[in-house]
Amino acid sequence: MKNKDIILQTIAKVVFFIIILFSIHIFFEGHYRPGGGFVGGLVTAGGLVLLLLAYDLKTVKKLMPINFRILIGIGLAVALLTASAAMLFDVPFFTHAFDYFDLPLLGETSLHSAALFDLGVYLVVVGTTMTIIQTIGESE
Amino acid sequence: MNNLVILPIAIPLLTAIILIFFARKIVVQRYISAISMLLNVIVAFMLIQQVYENGVQTLNVGNWPAPFGITLVSDMLSALLVLTTTIVGFAVTLYSFQSIGEDREKYYYYTFVQFLLAGVIGAFTTGDIFNLFVFFEIMLMASYVLLVLGGSKIQLRETIKYLTVNVVSSAFFVIGIAFLYSIVGTLNMAHISQRIAELTEFPGILTVIAVLFLIVFGLKGAIFPLYFWLPGSYYAPPVPVMALFGALLTKVGVYSIIRTFTLFFYHDKGYTHDILLVLAIITVLIGVVGSIAYWDIKKIIIYNIITAIGVILYGVSIATDTGFSGSLYYLIHDMVIKAALFLLIGIIIKVTGTANLKQFSGLIKTYPVLAWTYFIAAISLAGIPPFSGFFGKLLVIQSGFEANEFIGAVIILITSLITLYSVMKIFIYGFWGEAKGYNSEQKISYKALLFPAILLVAVSVIYGFGTEVVYPYISNAAETLTNPDIYIEAVLKE
Repeated sequence: MKNKDIILQTIAKVVFFIIILFSIHIFFEGHYRPGGGFVGGLVTAGGLVLLLLAYDLKTVKKLMPINFRILIGIGLAVALLTASAAMLFDVPFFTHAFDYFDLPLLGETSLHSAALFDLGVYLVVVGTTMTIIQTIGESE
Repeated sequence: MNNLVILPIAIPLLTAIILIFFARKIVVQRYISAISMLLNVIVAFMLIQQVYENGVQTLNVGNWPAPFGITLVSDMLSALLVLTTTIVGFAVTLYSFQSIGEDREKYYYYTFVQFLLAGVIGAFTTGDIFNLFVFFEIMLMASYVLLVLGGSKIQLRETIKYLTVNVVSSAFFVIGIAFLYSIVGTLNMAHISQRIAELTEFPGILTVIAVLFLIVFGLKGAIFPLYFWLPGSYYAPPVPVMALFGALLTKVGVYSIIRTFTLFFYHDKGYTHDILLVLAIITVLIGVVGSIAYWDIKKIIIYNIITAIGVILYGVSIATDTGFSGSLYYLIHDMVIKAALFLLIGIIIKVTGTANLKQFSGLIKTYPVLAWTYFIAAISLAGIPPFSGFFGKLLVIQSGFEANEFIGAVIILITSLITLYSVMKIFIYGFWGEAKGYNSEQKISYKALLFPAILLVAVSVIYGFGTEVVYPYISNAAETLTNPDIYIEAVLKE
């Protein structure tokens, strides 16, 4: 059964990495161009679904031993803590901060705390989508 | 700028997130959720004190000035409701330890209780109409899960109904907000109110939107003729969830009606407030008819929710100082006492194994503490003078007479009697008489379950006896409702 899908599986291996790279690109682009945590997360989940179609649930679980429900928790925690961190600096909840940093290799880069919040959104979207698909796929 | 306003929302959210990581460790979950609820009660007390001393507290989230960002507003009304919510949440959490069962606890029960509380408290605190919608959805999604968690047949059936009704009403809510936004061009509630006041004449479309909002919030808050989903849906879940729903969810709808009708749609009272008045009276009648019709103790208490909503909205539709004070006093009383009654009948059902009143009697011989706690809760609900239900209803009826709305006031007076009959029916048939329908030799231990119920009844009794202490807070809240400029100035700070 499995061996019949040789074309699909070979292409999936290549395309998966392109999709993941594209999703990371979309994620980081969000501040200046269309994109952001939500679409980025969905595209990543789309890449994982491609693997699920080409192989099966067990293989993907072995490939990525992640409990996606915990991933939702981590994402929510990242988002809420980013927002709450503002309270430590005695400014209103959810106040963001940004600055320019000289990073090695990348040069002068602006880093914004909104990206951390977006990371939280990204993780929650990936976690939720994969939890839904895996749970429905597993139930008989 | 005051970050205390966000804390009652942020604490349950953070707790819910932490609880996701401890899904299998039930004892840890119980400790974390109990401690967080207790902490939130203390924070809510601090918030009330601050609002009382320094006036309306606002927080511009993200440091964006008022009409442009989301503003969280804590006036006395929302601070009091937040405190009541946290107290009810604390008691229900304690009650859940012994009654909800390990299967549900392992599948994120406490997480969803915390999400529900975050949604309810957020809806009470927000000052932005679209943010109100978002908090409604947080609350509703958590309630869908709590309703279906466990997966018994009746829960599945009732969840489908509840889900359908609420999806439809949420769609109407978005449509209402879209209409309102296209007229006033802003979403901040204080700013909307200001823009509506600037219009030279109150256009008909605003009346249409007012009725649309009444339909939306009426569906959430179960007023006549939109209450049809409530008796079935609230019958399905286990008792602690039922207590949370009965005490909190419908009251969010009522709060939203109060907020929108005092802040937005108070310029043309003739039409909208008359509709509200008539609907409130019919709601009271439907509620009492339901509560005397059934011999099922859960159904009796469920129909009493509908009665109370009618009484509260009657005071709101009169829209005088007395009317608002009475409604607010009754609203808070009703949240506490409904939760207490649900917890108490939960214990009765646990002892007897049935909710049918005809199948048991004589509980008072074996369970005297339970019986007298229930008795106090029952007469508080009906409004016997020293207890908490009295003062609110007194003010509501007084405002009715002052506004020459005699029919409604008299109906509320008479229906109080029927409410008393409906809850006393449980006391007379269930607790008096010869002991039957349960095993009186083996006394079931119910101390851990009774403690949260007694806690709530005690809060209610103190609330009733301490009317003198509570009243300044209530009248402070009513003042903001009759005079929306206080709210607008606090938010927009001209």
